[in-house]
Amino acid sequence: MSCAHEQNRGKVKVDNNRYIVKGDFSVIYPNTPIFNKQGKLCGVTNPRDMTYIHSYGAEAPFFEGLSKGSLKGTKCENPACEYKGSVYIPFRIYCPDCLKKMKIVDLTAAAKKTARIYTYMVCERSGAFNTLDKPIKFINVKIEGTATILMSYLYLGEPSMGMRVVPIFRTKNPTYTITDLSWVPEGTPQSKLPKGFSF
Amino acid sequence: MIKFSKQQLKIPKMMRPVYLVTGGMSEFRRAFPEKRTEELCVEALTMAAEMINMTPAELKSYIHTCYYGHFADHFGDQLLGESVIHDRLGLDPLGNIGVKTGGATGGSTLWEAVKAVASGYSDCALALGWERMDEVPTDEGNHLISCAADKDWETPLGHIYTGYYAVMAQKYWQVYGKSEDSFRKTMAEIAVKNRGYACHNPFAHGGMRITVEDVLKSPVIADPLRALDACLMSVGSACCIVADEKTAFKMCKNPLLVYVAAGTHTLRPADRRDMEIPLLPNETKNTYKDLDKRFPGGELYPGFTGFLAARMACYYAYRMAGVYDPCEDLDLVELHDAFTISDIQSYEDVGIRPYGEGRTYVESGDCYVTNPNTGKPGKLPANPSGGLIGCMHAVGATGLMQVCELMLQIWGRHAEVHGDAKRWKSFGKTKPKDWKDLQVKGAKRGLAISHAGVGSHVTATIVVDPKHQLKGGKA
Repeated sequence: MSCAHEQNRGKVKVDNNRYIVKGDFSVIYPNTPIFNKQGKLCGVTNPRDMTYIHSYGAEAPFFEGLSKGSLKGTKCENPACEYKGSVYIPFRIYCPDCLKKMKIVDLTAAAKKTARIYTYMVCERSGAFNTLDKPIKFINVKIEGTATILMSYLYLGEPSMGMRVVPIFRTKNPTYTITDLSWVPEGTPQSKLPKGFSF
Repeated sequence: MIKFSKQQLKIPKMMRPVYLVTGGMSEFRRAFPEKRTEELCVEALTMAAEMINMTPAELKSYIHTCYYGHFADHFGDQLLGESVIHDRLGLDPLGNIGVKTGGATGGSTLWEAVKAVASGYSDCALALGWERMDEVPTDEGNHLISCAADKDWETPLGHIYTGYYAVMAQKYWQVYGKSEDSFRKTMAEIAVKNRGYACHNPFAHGGMRITVEDVLKSPVIADPLRALDACLMSVGSACCIVADEKTAFKMCKNPLLVYVAAGTHTLRPADRRDMEIPLLPNETKNTYKDLDKRFPGGELYPGFTGFLAARMACYYAYRMAGVYDPCEDLDLVELHDAFTISDIQSYEDVGIRPYGEGRTYVESGDCYVTNPNTGKPGKLPANPSGGLIGCMHAVGATGLMQVCELMLQIWGRHAEVHGDAKRWKSFGKTKPKDWKDLQVKGAKRGLAISHAGVGSHVTATIVVDPKHQLKGGKA
């Protein structure tokens, strides 16, 4: 992408239930032909750059919470639900059983005190557009009192099953994505956290 | 602990029997830089016609509705690719619809076609699938595949689907494999077997003559998984034609009964909740009373080690077809060996072995066409086609390729198709001098499992010679 396009990259605001877009959202480049060794035409490339717009809807409090150092889940409080009291992380808007809107609950303290690695995987590869350092240490974290097991990544140390971990949050220059949440082994000092992250 | 209602656990009922009339495949390769997708689809449909001595035009004249499996529109940069293929196959103005269930797309496509015939809507239906995974570089391909995970909660984590599945592999490896070298070798044996079988399959593109040591020395993808533990990424097409009894016997002399059932589970493994193990016909609660004591860490079901969707697909399909014990009632299986370890996990989900004991299916030699321990036929050969590791994984076509292979085996025509030197030559290959006939002697009933990624969708397809229908098998 050229410097001009970079500076004028598309941005979006919401006003009165409408997306207001400004800047470059669709950048086209000249296509090129594809030939085989004998010089026969096989096809063409179709290069272009696009920016998608995506709504978090009622999940927005979760992603906004990460930027403020808070891990939010949801809890079914419908007295008529067979599974009343179940707490979900990943954050779900509606109870998967009764489909009533759930209450947002703060799981930061519970995560700090009880989170353990349920399973993990160290992955040497990534796909295009990855922003995490490799190898990526995928971890699935079980927080006591919750019905589910959150996927995330371990920033420091070597993962093992049952290992106690604590959440860290990208509170400086947050991306407002799931990558703003990471984990470190219990007892890790603030000085070892990645730039922009805090407990 | 979540539960399911009686209505949800009802065994599916088809309003009339459905028959598999024929099927066909294109060659499979990593890339076809000089072929359009429609060329591959025409090849598959043409082979299906040839298998029952029809011209493509004659075969098409029977088709009433069309079901197209093509998972990843964004790989080909073509929305409504189904309509493009439908038009190029000359099947307008028949109704058609696209089916997308990740890695299970091929099986799901057949599921839809079978239901159309079972309901009476159509007397004959086409299920055709393909995938075009060669038109972006591999790292972009990995990103595009990762878009099949939850785009807010998973995709940004590395943009690599392997990572989302591999955490499950790690859990199984440590809890049920107990991180044993012997278990690691058992995994490698699956790769050796399936890549070896693929050497005798002209359609396959991953045939290799390798050893357990080769697998164990191949590059690590995500420990304990190595490069040779993983399936292929492929381009190609496959199709199946299904019909009601009257039409089927008009079209060919030996159509096969076909049953398909499907299950699903959370797209995000993170959302899995604890539940009781749904039992297959040959299991009781006692089967699993001490599972967590024998395998500490395996307290949760399905946790991250079982595929509930596969279990549910078989829960329904076995009861539809009258299968009590898959090892006794089936003659061969084509399983979704995306990775060697997920293959072992599947043995348990589909009841070939109880949970925790999947490895013994390989170690006993039961999964081979010829049991290497005894030199006799294997009890229940798995993936004589080479499977996803050796033959192909062209997502939308995979589940249909598996069913084509079952059809050839049950018809006893495996050697006719796989051993045809002209076919090898037409694919630009030479038939190996040591080509082996992997026909499963006397095959009458087979199972194909079509499976999506972390187990979000799974179909179980059972193909049966009608002269050998099981007692209890219902239309």
